[in-house]
Amino acid sequence: MSQLPLFQPSPPPSWSVTELTRYLRELLESDANLQDLWVQGEVSNFSRPASGHLYFTLKDEKAALKCVMWRNAVLRQGFLPRDGDAIEVHGTISVYEVSGQYQLYADLIRPAGEGVLYQEFLRLKARLEAEGLFDPARKRPIPKWPRRIGIVTSPTGAALRDMLNTLRRRYPLVEVVLAPTPVQGEEAPPNIVEAIRLLNEEIHPEVILVARGGGSIEDLWAFNDERVARAIAASQAPVITGVGHETDFTIADFAADLRAPTPTAAAELATPNRDDLLASLADQTERLDRTIQAVVSSQRWKLSSLKNRLQMRSPQARLRTDRQRLDELARRAAVGVLHSLQLRHTRLAGFEQRLGALSPLAVLGRGYAVVSHPDGRVVRSVHQVQPDDELNVRVSDGQFTTRALEGD
Amino acid sequence: MPEPTPIDQLTYEQAFTELETIVTALESDQRSLEEALALFERGQALASYCAGLLDQADLKVQQLSGGNLNDFTPPA
Repeated sequence: MSQLPLFQPSPPPSWSVTELTRYLRELLESDANLQDLWVQGEVSNFSRPASGHLYFTLKDEKAALKCVMWRNAVLRQGFLPRDGDAIEVHGTISVYEVSGQYQLYADLIRPAGEGVLYQEFLRLKARLEAEGLFDPARKRPIPKWPRRIGIVTSPTGAALRDMLNTLRRRYPLVEVVLAPTPVQGEEAPPNIVEAIRLLNEEIHPEVILVARGGGSIEDLWAFNDERVARAIAASQAPVITGVGHETDFTIADFAADLRAPTPTAAAELATPNRDDLLASLADQTERLDRTIQAVVSSQRWKLSSLKNRLQMRSPQARLRTDRQRLDELARRAAVGVLHSLQLRHTRLAGFEQRLGALSPLAVLGRGYAVVSHPDGRVVRSVHQVQPDDELNVRVSDGQFTTRALEGD
Repeated sequence: MPEPTPIDQLTYEQAFTELETIVTALESDQRSLEEALALFERGQALASYCAGLLDQADLKVQQLSGGNLNDFTPPA
């Protein structure tokens, strides 16, 4: 007969609520299966209070699981679910002791099915990689100065608008040819393949840009299509892909010759920057001007130097030299003549002086007189004079008349 | 040196590369004055041409539809 446990004598409880709860928590936290897990279900009771944390319940037909996502993880999270959404949640199981609640502490939420898609992506990537389709050696360099750029994208999307703006700003002298195509949905892959083929065959651009704006893994799925990857790898023109946002990697990106993080970046990678080109041009022009000036200067200097040497040998130069010599000689001659003139003058003056001393007039100055008859006969002897003769007496400073009286 | 192509037939790349070649040649080689001046003139013409190409503001955009190449009109 079984005994009702109710009446069985039993020891007093050895657990407190806290201790038991703590035990359960540690038990769950020590199970590796309950760390780093993915669980899928439907969202209900979704709330996002002012604290910034997320609270929701994940459920299926038979069970429910309480979930919480802390604010810092929420901020990193792009996609936020709503009640009724089928989602997949990544996180860790533990116990919130205060309420005695086990719950999933989530760090990542994504729409349901993405996990499956992601698996498919990994499988295709591995297969094509094994084929060598992504081999770095296959990748061609992007031409530096394309004449024509082909673009494969939606004609109505923001990606095209952004790329055209970038090209206009950077390198407006390039010609752009758009091969419009849907970029999601079933019809996208064959259209993308055809667009690439047409551009290569009809337009022969230097580079092709394959682009679309951001979206979920489902939105971008066309670019994980094997046909698209092969068309990109087989393209005659090198291909730059700019699909989705910075963190999105598609099979097309791996197959491309160059992957850009966004459509705008793809346009940048395809072209030189006009500002850089203008700077290079200015640099070359400056060097050109400087060099020709140096050449001309050098020639001028050489010419000038030769001219100088020529001038020194010219007839005019000779004449000048001769003239100068002539002037010099003349000067010396003049000096010589002057000198001899002075000499003569001095000698003349000497003679004059001596002559002067010998002059009869000088004798008269000494006291002698010249006696003469009125008819001019000079009296030299007493026999020439009779008493009472009128006689002329000349002394040094004049003459006077006199009568002879008595003589010898 | 080969007979130079008329400048307006050159692509930007060709014109700029020739300009670089001319500048380097002028800077390094000894040339007669006539040669130097001739190179300089060609260099100036090339630089002018390149600047003209960069000055243009409009981007020529066409669309390939149904085998035809038409001017692209952006959606409203």
